[in-house]
Amino acid sequence: MSLLRMLHKMLRTGIVTEVYSPSGSLAGEKDGSCAIDCRGEELRRRIGEVLGGSLHIRHLDSGSCNGCDWELTALLNPVYDIQRFGIDFVASPRHADMIIATGGITRNLAEAVEKTWEAAANPKILLAVGACAIDGGIFGESYAHYGGIGKLLPVCVLVPGCPPRPQALIDGILLAIDRLDAYRKGDTGEPQPSTV
Amino acid sequence: MNMSACGGISQHGLNIEREGLPELVGQYRQQGYRLLTMTGTDERQEHGEYALYWVLCSDKEHALVYLRTAIPLTDPSFPSVTSILPSANWYEREVKDLLGLEPVGHPDPRPLVLHGKPQAGIPPLLKDFPAIVRPTAVVHSGQPVSYEGDGVVEVPVGPIHAGIIEPGHFRFGTLGDVILHLDARLFYTHRGLEKKAEGMAVEEGLRLAERACGVCAASHGAAFSQAVESIAGASIPERAEWLRVLFLELERMYNHAGDIGNICAGVGFAFGAQHGARLKERLLQLNEQLSGHRYLRGVMVPGGVRVNPGETTLYHAAAVLGEWMNDFRQVIEIILLHDGTIDRMSGTGKLWYEDAVDMDVVGPAARASGISRDTRLGLPYGAYGKCAFNIPVYQNGDVMARFRVRIDEIEQSYRLIRQALEHMEAGESSIPLGPLEEGRWAIGCVESPRGDNVHWLMIGPDRRILRYRIRSASYANWPAVPLTVHGNIIPDFPLINKSFELCYACCDR
Repeated sequence: MSLLRMLHKMLRTGIVTEVYSPSGSLAGEKDGSCAIDCRGEELRRRIGEVLGGSLHIRHLDSGSCNGCDWELTALLNPVYDIQRFGIDFVASPRHADMIIATGGITRNLAEAVEKTWEAAANPKILLAVGACAIDGGIFGESYAHYGGIGKLLPVCVLVPGCPPRPQALIDGILLAIDRLDAYRKGDTGEPQPSTV
Repeated sequence: MNMSACGGISQHGLNIEREGLPELVGQYRQQGYRLLTMTGTDERQEHGEYALYWVLCSDKEHALVYLRTAIPLTDPSFPSVTSILPSANWYEREVKDLLGLEPVGHPDPRPLVLHGKPQAGIPPLLKDFPAIVRPTAVVHSGQPVSYEGDGVVEVPVGPIHAGIIEPGHFRFGTLGDVILHLDARLFYTHRGLEKKAEGMAVEEGLRLAERACGVCAASHGAAFSQAVESIAGASIPERAEWLRVLFLELERMYNHAGDIGNICAGVGFAFGAQHGARLKERLLQLNEQLSGHRYLRGVMVPGGVRVNPGETTLYHAAAVLGEWMNDFRQVIEIILLHDGTIDRMSGTGKLWYEDAVDMDVVGPAARASGISRDTRLGLPYGAYGKCAFNIPVYQNGDVMARFRVRIDEIEQSYRLIRQALEHMEAGESSIPLGPLEEGRWAIGCVESPRGDNVHWLMIGPDRRILRYRIRSASYANWPAVPLTVHGNIIPDFPLINKSFELCYACCDR
């Protein structure tokens, strides 16, 4: 009984991927903006070229306020649906190609942050998401706050925002894949920081 | 005492000698008062002493009591009241860690906020702590707690968890799958917010307040703004009061919708999880359309509300919310028909009424355990006093009850938003504040989606913050979570945790 109701609701809801668009009007019109769609297709193509079809990301909270964490979680919701591009978040750093770090490294977490980065196997790449991960944000540097992921780990891509919107996160991931590609081809040395 | 008033609520303040503290607190406890917050301050420059400021409240009597205890430099200690008032536990350990004030007789004097010794050899919140001190990593070695026994297994989890989630360390003692005991260690995301706030202008302090947590930004911003407005003796315009209701209830709605989805994810029910996430996303986008920020940062400001949506915008928002509510009700109806989900949620993670009362639990967790407690009614603020709404209370205290409380609260939030939109009249949305007198302090208390967030603020010279203490709902409720897991199986712990959905960042600051 509940299964029938579920199926009925699913059919009635339809495909919601990118139907809700922040640039749409409040009257709920589907304006067909392709903010995620265009970048997403490029993402899928690049992941195919560089990584053989899938990108596994491990999230690392190094002391964030959880705003950036929730935006990363939003990438997995039916509207942004990042999994259709071959991306997934994994449970262990040992399964990860990419580590996305939020927060500016607190004193109490520094040990765990370093261990997580070391546990990930090469080739790996690090994204710093959010103002705090870039330079400590409004918390800056203090007795409890290192002031940015770069203080301890080799960050490659910086995604500014407080928190950055899901579209910006996708752009950041795209840039990171390019950097990973260049690094693996020997085009560049250690990945250098770059901002989306 | 130099405290400032919030209207409509009876308040009185006393100075109390530290020897008399346990007895007085005991008396208030017997009259049904609960601990709202406690702050320690370093007032050596101003008054040659340290001080503790206790704020107790009675929701039934709509009363606040402020106690100030002076602590001499020669003997920085005070009698612990934790055995009389169990919820004082963490506050006392915190003043020991951050200010060096010793709670004598505390039953569990382990370090709480600082996992390692304070650098520079002195507690960080003292005024002479050097500002240029930089962190050195804390190496976590040694066991705070260990479990022994025939067949007993110790399961350490975290601080980095498997999903996209904040850090915390949970150490379980289990017998097979069944949890015997849980020791939770938090404060991994302690960023030194309160120390950073000292010396900041009030406008900058607001930005800090909003970033204590990502999903309580509006309620933290509102609580901070209320504290500043109390100190200035200002009343915000009526339109601002209604706008605050609108944005605070929007925050409650998107949080609860997300929590409902997360609880379904906790039982592995994909339909509920995905529709919950979809519904939450719809509201995040509505937030952005109304205020420019998905998480409602930049909305609250001391003096009112920074954004002033026009009539057309609000009309469309009402239409969107109407459709959203229908959508939401359809999804809920289906979730509540799903036997597997109901079975997992019922009887799991029970928070007993007596424990909830003892621990001064707040928010949906309290209301799910039979306590009718909500600061929108108990300590009314803004336009809530002019609104008609209900507080859902359930008796069972399990995951199911916390689930149902959230469903009912979404209905009530929608009701409140409709009233706000109806009553709102044209006008300005904020006023400039007058002078902020040095030495004055006040609290701002707002019911966030998880319970009351209480901000204690003292102003120093030049409109700058002298001392700032955030006590979020999560800080109040985290100590109660380990009480709910006994006898549950370990795979149910994520479900129980999601049913509370407490913020680590709000708690740790």
